[in-house]
Amino acid sequence: MTPLFQVKGLSKNYGTHIGCRDVNFDLYPGEVMGIVGESGSGKSTLLNCMAGHLTPDAGQVMFDTRAEGMKDTLEMSEPERRMLSRTDWAFVHQHARDGLRMNVSAGGNVGERLMAVGARHYGEIRDTAIDWLDRVEIKESRIDDRPSAFSGGMQQRLQIARNLVTGPRLVFMDEPTGGLDVSVQARLLDLLRSLVREMGLSAIIVTHDLAVVRLLADRLMVMKDGHVVESGLTDQVLDDPQHGYTQLLVSSVLQV
Amino acid sequence: MIEISNVSKTFTLHNQGSAVIQVMDGANLSVAAGECVALTGSSGAGKSTLMRMIYGNYLAASGRILVGDVDVATAEPREIIQLRREVLGYVSQFLRVVPRVATLDVVAEPLLSLGVPAEEAEARARDLLAQLRIPERLWSLSPTTFSGGEQQRVNIARGFAHTYPAMLLDEPTASLDAQNRETVLSLIEEAKSRGAAIIGIFHDEAARDRVCDREINVSDFTPKAAA
Amino acid sequence: MSDYNFAYLDEQTKRMIRRAILKGLAIPGYQVPFASREMPMPYGWGTGGVQVSAATLTPDDQFKVIDQGADDTTNAVSIRKFFERTAGVETTEETAKATVIQTRHRIPEEDLTEDQILVYQVPIPEPLRFLEPSEIETRKMHSLEEYGLMHVKLYEDIARHGAIATAYAYPVKVEGRYVMDPSPIPKFDNPKMEMAAIQLFGAGREQRIYALPPYTKVVSLDFEDFPFEASKADACCDLCGAEDSYLDEVITDDQGGRMFVCSDTDYCRSRREAGHVGALGMAQEDAA
Repeated sequence: MTPLFQVKGLSKNYGTHIGCRDVNFDLYPGEVMGIVGESGSGKSTLLNCMAGHLTPDAGQVMFDTRAEGMKDTLEMSEPERRMLSRTDWAFVHQHARDGLRMNVSAGGNVGERLMAVGARHYGEIRDTAIDWLDRVEIKESRIDDRPSAFSGGMQQRLQIARNLVTGPRLVFMDEPTGGLDVSVQARLLDLLRSLVREMGLSAIIVTHDLAVVRLLADRLMVMKDGHVVESGLTDQVLDDPQHGYTQLLVSSVLQV
Repeated sequence: MIEISNVSKTFTLHNQGSAVIQVMDGANLSVAAGECVALTGSSGAGKSTLMRMIYGNYLAASGRILVGDVDVATAEPREIIQLRREVLGYVSQFLRVVPRVATLDVVAEPLLSLGVPAEEAEARARDLLAQLRIPERLWSLSPTTFSGGEQQRVNIARGFAHTYPAMLLDEPTASLDAQNRETVLSLIEEAKSRGAAIIGIFHDEAARDRVCDREINVSDFTPKAAA
Repeated sequence: MSDYNFAYLDEQTKRMIRRAILKGLAIPGYQVPFASREMPMPYGWGTGGVQVSAATLTPDDQFKVIDQGADDTTNAVSIRKFFERTAGVETTEETAKATVIQTRHRIPEEDLTEDQILVYQVPIPEPLRFLEPSEIETRKMHSLEEYGLMHVKLYEDIARHGAIATAYAYPVKVEGRYVMDPSPIPKFDNPKMEMAAIQLFGAGREQRIYALPPYTKVVSLDFEDFPFEASKADACCDLCGAEDSYLDEVITDDQGGRMFVCSDTDYCRSRREAGHVGALGMAQEDAA
C-alpha cells in the first residue's frame, strides 16, 4: 500500500533558531498521527509547513494526488496547491474565527467550498449544508445564523463541517479543542473520532494535550526544541515511553 | 499462532537518575491454535509486562514476537493496529473506555471498525451482554459508572465480540461471581474450540486448571540478580 | 497660463491612461491599475470617468454626459461644461448623435453602435470587496479564477431574502473568465452590456480601469434554480408610455401621489417627439 502523505527531511529555521529540523514520516490512508510537544517544540511550525502555510527551508512534502500520484506539494504551483487545500485537504484552526467567515451564515460557510468547486444549484447546496450541520450536531434552524452568534464549541463544529463537506482525504488540525470547556471538548472529540472512522480520513493533529492524542491518534510523534524525539504507536509511546523527555511529559500529566 | 523468541525488556528511567531496570530476559513461548497457555509467577514477575509486549503496548528491548506472521517487536504502527483489529484481541484488567459512549456501542465497536454492518454488530453485542447478565436497562448508559464486576463483564463482552484467532486475557474472572465466572470460562472454551490461541493470566487456580492446557512461569525469564 | 491642454490632462497622462485602456480591452473584465490624477472635482464625483473620457476624446467627437439617465442634473451639466471648456468638443443630449457618452449608473435605452464609446463612472471596481477586504487576496482570487465567494454572496441573498436581492452593481462573468462589477447600474441594464459599442470603466479614487470590447460575452451570475431576472418597476412611463425602459419613481405630492418616468431623459424625449403619449403625458411639465 502506498502512503497517502510523506514528509522527508522537513526543516524550517527562524534565523538561527530552529523551528523544526529534519522531520520524516509516512502517513497511510485512515491513519491519525498526533504531534505533541510543549510551547516552542516546533509542532505548529511543522504543521504549517506541511499544510502549505509556511515555506520550509528544506525537505519534501509528498501527497498522493488522485490524478497524478505522489507529488511534492512544495513544488506545486500556487493554483494547484490552493485547489488541493479546497478539495483533498482540510485545515481545522485552533480558533474557529480563523477558519470561518464570520460575516457569512452557517449555511454559506458550509456551502462555500462546494460553490468554489462549481456547485450552482442553490437547493442542492442548501440540502448538503443542512445534512452536514446535522452531522456536527448543529440544528437546522441555525443554518442562516452567523457564526458570531454561536458558542465556541458550535463554531468549532461548524469549522469542521465547512472543512469536511468536500470529502477531503487528509485533515490537519491545530489544537482542535484548545480553549473549549471540558464537556464541550469531550463532545467535539467524540465527533472527530466518529467522522474520522466513518469517512476513512487521515489526520495530523497537533496538540499539547496528551488525553486528546490518546483518544484520537493511532500514532504519536513527540517534539522538543524542533526535533522529533520519539515516535510510535500512541498507546506504546504513552505507556512505555523510551525517551527521557517523553517520560517527563507523561509523568507530568495530572490525574483526575 | 503466537511465538515469542528470546525477548527481553528493560526500563530506563531517565528522569530518576537514569535508573535501568531489566525485568525480563530470554523469554520464549509458543502457543498453537486451540491452545490456552497460562502465565504464572508471583506478583511483579512480569506477567502483565509480557502480555503488553505481545500486544505491542510495551516495546520489547530485543527478541521476536510473532503473532500469525507479524513480528510485533519490529512491525510498523499501522501493521500492529491492523493486527489488533483483526487478529489479536486483548482483555485487560481494567475497562478503559471513551467517556460518554453507551455500553452497547462500546461492545459493538470492535466489529464496527472491521466494517461489520451496524445491525449485525449490535445484535452480537446484545447477545454477549445478555450472556454476561448485564441488565438491558444499562445498555444505553456509559459503563464508567458501573460497578467493578459490571465493568469487567463489559470489558469481556467487548473482548469476545470478534472471533480473534489470538487472544490475551489478563485476569478475566477477577471480580466475578460464580455464575458469571462460569459464563466467561465457557466463552474461553468456545474460543479455544474454534481454534483461537489464548494466553491468560489467572489468579484463580480452579479457572486456570479448567481452561488452560499449559503453564509458563515468567519468573523463569527474570534476569539473574546482578550484584 | 489660462489655456488648458486638450481635455485638461497633459499628453503623457493621456498616454498612460490609453495604455491602461488598451490593456483592459485586451483582457476584458480585468482591473488594470492606473495612476489616477488629481482632478478639479473631489473623489466620488466621477474623476475616473472624466479621466477616461479625457484620454478618449478627439476634437471631432460629440460628447454626451448622463447621470442616472438624465442629461440635466448638476453633475452631468458640470462635467459637460468642463469638457466644453477644456476640450472644445461639441456636446449633445441626443444618444444617437453622441460618439462618446460618459454615464453615471445607467446604460442608455437606445442600442449603441460600433461607432460609439460608453464611459462608466465606477465607485468600487472590486466585486468581491465587501466579502474579502484584503486587496492581496482578491487579486489572487481573480488571477486564480477562485470565485466561489461571489456565489456565497448570492447564496446569502437567497437565504435572507428568498431571492437574489442585489438590484444594482450585479456581478457578471466576462468571456467566461473574469468576474466584474458593472458599476452601480440597475440589474435591468445588465443584458445591454452585450453591445456593439466599446465600454470603458474608470474608477478614479480606486485607480482602476477596465474595459469590454464590442460584442463581449457578459453573463450575470446566478444559480440554476434561481436564474437571473432583469427586473424593473411594474409600470409604464407616465410621460411617453414606454413599457420597456427603466423607470424613476417621482413623488408628486405629500398625499402619496407619484408617477413613473423614464430614467433615460433623452429616450423619453425622443419617444414623445415621435408622438407617443403616456398616462400623464402632455398634461404636465417634465418632472424628471
